[in-house]
Amino acid sequence: MAADSAKRPVRLFRNLNSKIAAIPMILIASVIFVGGTAWTILYSFTNSKLLPRLTFVGLDQYSRLWSTPKWLISIENLLIYGVLSLFFSLVIGFFLAVLLDQKIRFENTFRTIYLYPFALSFIVTGLVWQWLLNPEFGVQRVIRNLGWTSFSFDPLYNADIVIYGILLAGLWQGTGLVMCLMLAGLRGIDEEIWKASRVDGIPSWKTYLFIVIPMMRPVFITTLVIIASGIVRVYDLVVAQTSGGPGIASEVPAKFVYDTMFLAQNLAQGFAGSTMMLVTVIVVVVPWAYLEFGSKHGHS
Amino acid sequence: MKTMYIALFGASLLALASAPAVATDLEVTHWWTSGGEAAAVAEFAKAFNATGNKWVDGAIAGGGGTARPVMIGRITGGDPMAATQFNHGRQAEELVQAGLMKDLTAVAEKEGWRKIVFPPSLLDNCTLNGKLYCAPVNIHSWQWLWLSNKAFADAGISVPKNWDEFVAAAPALEKAGKIPLALGNQPWQASGAFNVLMVALAGKDLFMKVYKDKDKAVAAGPEIGKVFKAADDARKMAAKSTVQDWNQATNLVITGEAGGQIMGDWAQGEFQVAKQVAGKDYTCLPGLGVNDIISTDGDAFYFPVLKDAAKSKAQDELAALMLSPKVQVAFNLKKGSLPIRGDIDLAAANDCMKKGLAILAKGNTIPGTDALITPDTSKQIEDLSVEFFKDMKITPADAQKRFAEIIAKAQ
Repeated sequence: MAADSAKRPVRLFRNLNSKIAAIPMILIASVIFVGGTAWTILYSFTNSKLLPRLTFVGLDQYSRLWSTPKWLISIENLLIYGVLSLFFSLVIGFFLAVLLDQKIRFENTFRTIYLYPFALSFIVTGLVWQWLLNPEFGVQRVIRNLGWTSFSFDPLYNADIVIYGILLAGLWQGTGLVMCLMLAGLRGIDEEIWKASRVDGIPSWKTYLFIVIPMMRPVFITTLVIIASGIVRVYDLVVAQTSGGPGIASEVPAKFVYDTMFLAQNLAQGFAGSTMMLVTVIVVVVPWAYLEFGSKHGHS
Repeated sequence: MKTMYIALFGASLLALASAPAVATDLEVTHWWTSGGEAAAVAEFAKAFNATGNKWVDGAIAGGGGTARPVMIGRITGGDPMAATQFNHGRQAEELVQAGLMKDLTAVAEKEGWRKIVFPPSLLDNCTLNGKLYCAPVNIHSWQWLWLSNKAFADAGISVPKNWDEFVAAAPALEKAGKIPLALGNQPWQASGAFNVLMVALAGKDLFMKVYKDKDKAVAAGPEIGKVFKAADDARKMAAKSTVQDWNQATNLVITGEAGGQIMGDWAQGEFQVAKQVAGKDYTCLPGLGVNDIISTDGDAFYFPVLKDAAKSKAQDELAALMLSPKVQVAFNLKKGSLPIRGDIDLAAANDCMKKGLAILAKGNTIPGTDALITPDTSKQIEDLSVEFFKDMKITPADAQKRFAEIIAKAQ
């Protein structure tokens, strides 16, 4: 290294133009993202109510948070919603992509239809599904009118299964995008691979499962990150479909944080909630990122 | 330093008060957007425009829960409006403490608010360290049970005269295919109904011990235990009620699909719009027919500190105007609320409103919960209430235990 810098100009000034161009980005990242996060964490240890103020109360906000039933229900809902939504949107999305990949006619039309829900906001999606799942006007009514009068399907009004009603709407909205990403990944697979597997007489489901999917690893990771970030911040869907009800059965952390900060005028408690959300994400992401990127440092 | 500055400012305003009025635009934010509410707020605007100033309406749709964060955001963010609605009480407490709200003491003294505002507790809610920071404009009370005469006639029983008779009538109502108690799914409706049960069944003293003194022993005691048992009755009676909004629930009572609803006096407007007559089509029982006590919840206007002297002067004019007799009558008749002055005649009021006025005159009032507990505690009780009303697995005893813990930690 020392010999390098002796021969070449100072490292700091290499690629000076691009470094100057990157300064705004670096400033924004450090001041707004890192700074804002640090500020939030700092104030979560205070007793700020409507206005932030620096009177420290230690871990009080956290102990209150974890003894609040509404927060515990929020976390439980997020877990159920998160795991199922991750699993189903990947499986359904991949399956749809495989179907579209069979060189069918009108592929563009189908792709547009599947992707269309993604063009709708979560608020619109939520309202649409609120009506569909309403026992008086929606699916239940239609099927009862067809003659099956004992049919009952009202997830949004049943505290035990309400989160699945929300999951349904979330999947309807999100799988189209997953399908498109997967389709792009499938198209990226070299034709030669398919030819080779056909020559070897490997059935196509096996080719998908054991050759194509491992090759699509980068696509899966991108998709995973997109879905996961959508899960953690799920808020508008719940507000539009149930506003947290019945009772507090469909509360989610993002809604808890908003309600606490702006309706209950308790900033510090809300900050504690959002810090816990961040910690959860870090706990999941850091070990994974370490495994994923840590070993490759030498190459890049 | 800040108070001195404000005092100087106030003094200079008084000196200016004799100068001729110049037209000044004032932006006023509020969350009155339903038909009757908008008509009421138009009365304010009309009266204010008549003084030569201009009322710039800043209505924020979506109710107080949506509007308050917007208002607070603007005030703390350095873009204050000239006047803004809040409910009486502690919602704006911290904004006042931070010196963001204008001191109205001078206006109040000049107009003699201490003498005319009734009950005087309304001004106490606006006072912090001896200074007055808001102008109360109306009184709403929560403690009303609205009953559908048609529903009880259909069930073949007479209209109940109090809560216990109502509970006893529930099986007959259910048999006739009615929902005994209409209750919307929004959390504030559940906690509102619960607090009404507390005032009506446990009485004024216990209510004050719980919410004003934050007495944990009382909150955990047998008297409040009875309130939770009553709430248990209420949630069973409301089990089949699946509507969301309060006015949808009121509509169930109007159409006779539900027996009754516990809701504030703003429900009256719905009966009026549906051309129903008190006593004939519906019955109102203040204090659930048990304890004739009503709360003095309601709305008040706060005036953020503005640098512009002309605007600041116009703020004083607006505050004085809102409490003037003519404007009070015009506003409250449209709004369906009670006026904050004891010295004006509300001859046009209907039967239920007159019942309310009579209770008010007797002084059987309590402060609203907004005035006694912080929004934080209020939200905790809201969460507990709605969970209790919607989840039959929580026993009244468990809920009471959690309630007592919230009260013990309340500020």
